[in-house]
Amino acid sequence: MLDYETLKFVWWILVGALLIGFAVTDGMDMGVGTLLPFVGKTDVERRIAINTVGPHWDGNQVWFITAGGAIFAAWPAVYAAAFSGFYMAMLLVLFALFFRPVGFDYRSKIANPTWRAAWDWGLFVGGAVPALIFGVAFGNLLQGVPFRLDELLRAHYQGSLLTALLPLLNPFALLAGVISLLMLTVHGGVWLQLRADTSVAERARAAILTLAPIVTIAFALAGLWLWVGVDGYRIVSEPPHGALPNPLAKEVVRAPGAWLDVYARLPIAVVVPLLGLAGPLVTALLAKARRPGLAFVSSALGMVGVIGSAGLSMFPFVMPSSLDPKSSLTVWDAPSSHLTLTVMFWAVVIFLPIVLAYTVWCYANMWGRVTADEIETRAHSAY
Amino acid sequence: MIDPTFVELSRWQFAATALYHFLFVPLTLGISWLLVIMETVYVMTGKEIYKDMTKFWGKLFGINFAIGVTTGLTMEFEFGTNWSYYSHYVGDVFGAPLAIEGLMAFFLESTFIGLFFLGWDKLSKRKHLAVTFFTALGSNLSALWILVANGWMQNPVGSVFSPETMRMEMTSFAEVFLNPVAQVKFVHTVAAGYVTASVFVMSISAWYILKGRDLAFARRSFAVAVGFGLAASLSVIVLGDESGYELGDVQKVKLAAIEAEWKTEPAPASFTLFGFPSQDGKETAAAVKIPWALGLIATRSLDKPVTGLIDLEKKHEERIRSGAIAYGALSKIRAGDASPETRATFDAHVKDLGYGLLLKQFVEDPTTATEDQIKQAAASTIPTVWPLFWAFRLMVALGFLMLFTFAAGFWLNATKRLEQNRWLLWLAVLILPAPWLSCEFGWFVAEFGRQPWAIGEVLPTFLATSSLTSGDLIFSLAGFLTFYTALLVIELFLMIKFARLGPSSLGLGRYHFERGAPAAVPAE
Repeated sequence: MLDYETLKFVWWILVGALLIGFAVTDGMDMGVGTLLPFVGKTDVERRIAINTVGPHWDGNQVWFITAGGAIFAAWPAVYAAAFSGFYMAMLLVLFALFFRPVGFDYRSKIANPTWRAAWDWGLFVGGAVPALIFGVAFGNLLQGVPFRLDELLRAHYQGSLLTALLPLLNPFALLAGVISLLMLTVHGGVWLQLRADTSVAERARAAILTLAPIVTIAFALAGLWLWVGVDGYRIVSEPPHGALPNPLAKEVVRAPGAWLDVYARLPIAVVVPLLGLAGPLVTALLAKARRPGLAFVSSALGMVGVIGSAGLSMFPFVMPSSLDPKSSLTVWDAPSSHLTLTVMFWAVVIFLPIVLAYTVWCYANMWGRVTADEIETRAHSAY
Repeated sequence: MIDPTFVELSRWQFAATALYHFLFVPLTLGISWLLVIMETVYVMTGKEIYKDMTKFWGKLFGINFAIGVTTGLTMEFEFGTNWSYYSHYVGDVFGAPLAIEGLMAFFLESTFIGLFFLGWDKLSKRKHLAVTFFTALGSNLSALWILVANGWMQNPVGSVFSPETMRMEMTSFAEVFLNPVAQVKFVHTVAAGYVTASVFVMSISAWYILKGRDLAFARRSFAVAVGFGLAASLSVIVLGDESGYELGDVQKVKLAAIEAEWKTEPAPASFTLFGFPSQDGKETAAAVKIPWALGLIATRSLDKPVTGLIDLEKKHEERIRSGAIAYGALSKIRAGDASPETRATFDAHVKDLGYGLLLKQFVEDPTTATEDQIKQAAASTIPTVWPLFWAFRLMVALGFLMLFTFAAGFWLNATKRLEQNRWLLWLAVLILPAPWLSCEFGWFVAEFGRQPWAIGEVLPTFLATSSLTSGDLIFSLAGFLTFYTALLVIELFLMIKFARLGPSSLGLGRYHFERGAPAAVPAE
């Protein structure tokens, strides 16, 4: 049995892995949804784009659901404080996501052009809005969230309705939102270049060439901003890492540039943001050279870099509090009990490889470019 | 103090979104197995008509499944968004089955379901059948884990309260998983899903037979549905009775409320078949009773009594007093008091801490509660009886109605007299809403009967909320209402359209609406 401190750290890695898994799989579907109205000019072209992800979007979405469930089980304090603290943002994500299951399944069941166009925009909203808001949420985590814990560890927040929502849409958070949106759009574009018929694939390629360099520029800008313009958080004193979790037992200060501490302490860590900078550029070059398979790999690595940088810069913080810094939740004081972390660790060790194996089996069996001919012959059964 | 209006709104939102989600779940649980049966016959016999059946019922399944997924997303996040203190307080135990549900069940169901719909041309017969099987297995496993989570809310075993972390912590995963309440609920719930799907296929098939179209297709579908439905409805009833036994053991309040048993009767207790329960008078008017029946169901014996609500309320009053002492000791420990005396006081009373917390709806510090507040808190431990009494009876009555329809349909079909007995076909069509009503009544009994607790005897519902405002809740409720109503209208529109079209919607050129002229003489 792993000791408590080690398990707490392992769970930071595992939650990160689930979030990256979500971005690589479901993020791809969101990117396809975002690009849908632009890469498909005719109904058949749009059906081609939809059917490249048709058999897989639902399984991919489970990365999102499982990441949520894993945060509940492993970091209940974070699940409790973040989901209710970002109430309005969570509702927006949820309402936008509603368009996807029904959009995919219902769109092609009726031939009416207005019906189909409406669902196309539904799929656009279901892809673009969550992609944007996830980035905005990370942008806010990096600035600290206005919440505090009382003596019974109940979380309280500032504001409600718009007064809670609008401050979340500050310039730095919006920049993070743009990075997230464009990163997932590029990733969806690479998938379309890989799997869709020529006309759709070519338009997707053009989109990658425009958008991928913007991701790199925006990510560099955000890094610079983090260095000079955003206060980070630093732990001054804390109980031992293996202690029973108690968020209120530590002292925390806000300090300019504190989010870059980790790179001074561990210079090798700088490869993570470098991966985030290089990934989108290499993706663009590979897309230009018409090597979409490799472009997919580099796009996925770029996402590891971008998401990894956010997590690494905040380490060990998961959800810093701007209202009451000592209420901040960290890798050491937000987790579940030793037993629950152990049980969940083994659940992941056993089931995740099985999930990956049958996911690969499913993609392999459905492989091949989705063509206009195929859509026309399977008009009654295809999405 | 927590605003009661806000608590009400939070409860309404959760109840509405959960009951709405469960309109789509039971059909998925059952129809996935009916598809496995139909497709297995196809793979074994090679008869195309069974492939068409799998595809057509699969198409209707897909229309239903899409909304099931949509509304399921809400459920996964609603604990965090709206029951934030709950999530902190019990996430250590409750989060685990939820996360395992994702890893073990949702991935399985959702990864394969896309191939079920879109893989017919790309997969061999056997591979496709495997895909259908794994979809069914995944959906049923997800029911297992969510009911392990729900069973723990009803009967929180395998865990202990930790004053250091201010939350419930797991002490035995095996106990949480093997919780008898969870296991009984799981089998009862999935069997109810099988009944729902059987009624769905039976009703629509009966309608085709009445209309005299696609008879070969409809007869076979009808036969599969009544056979599966008969077995399933028998299991639901037997396991429902088993639930009654479990209730008698661990959820005495819920059982007494369902039965409107106010006073403890001498054993064996009688079962109130019918009556008008009055909360204020603590009695049931015009009660029609069956001697001995409740005692037999709830205790499996003739000599053990079933405790009535009046006596339960008295016991709870004692536990509330003890819980206030536990709360006082907890406050001292949290403030840094490490003395063994305080700890000993806490340990002696911790099992009643949840009862002490009930006082927080009246007073910030339960140790300062007045006599009157303790009485009020004790009264709040008894849920409103009449809705439980009636919802339970409607659920059971509908269950027996469905059992009768399956049995009659099975018998008439086996003796080849189905089409002469049009009354049965009409009955089969008309009971279409019955399983959904029955399922919703069942969940209402399970969850309303658990009140005032979010986690039985551990965490009161009003404390489990998030720190939001009524305004936030009005906004989100309005949003859910708008989206869910629109989704329901669209779903019903598509479902009715494709059910009316029947297998002709597959575009295979061999069914009723594709032939130019009807093959069979229309029934009307």
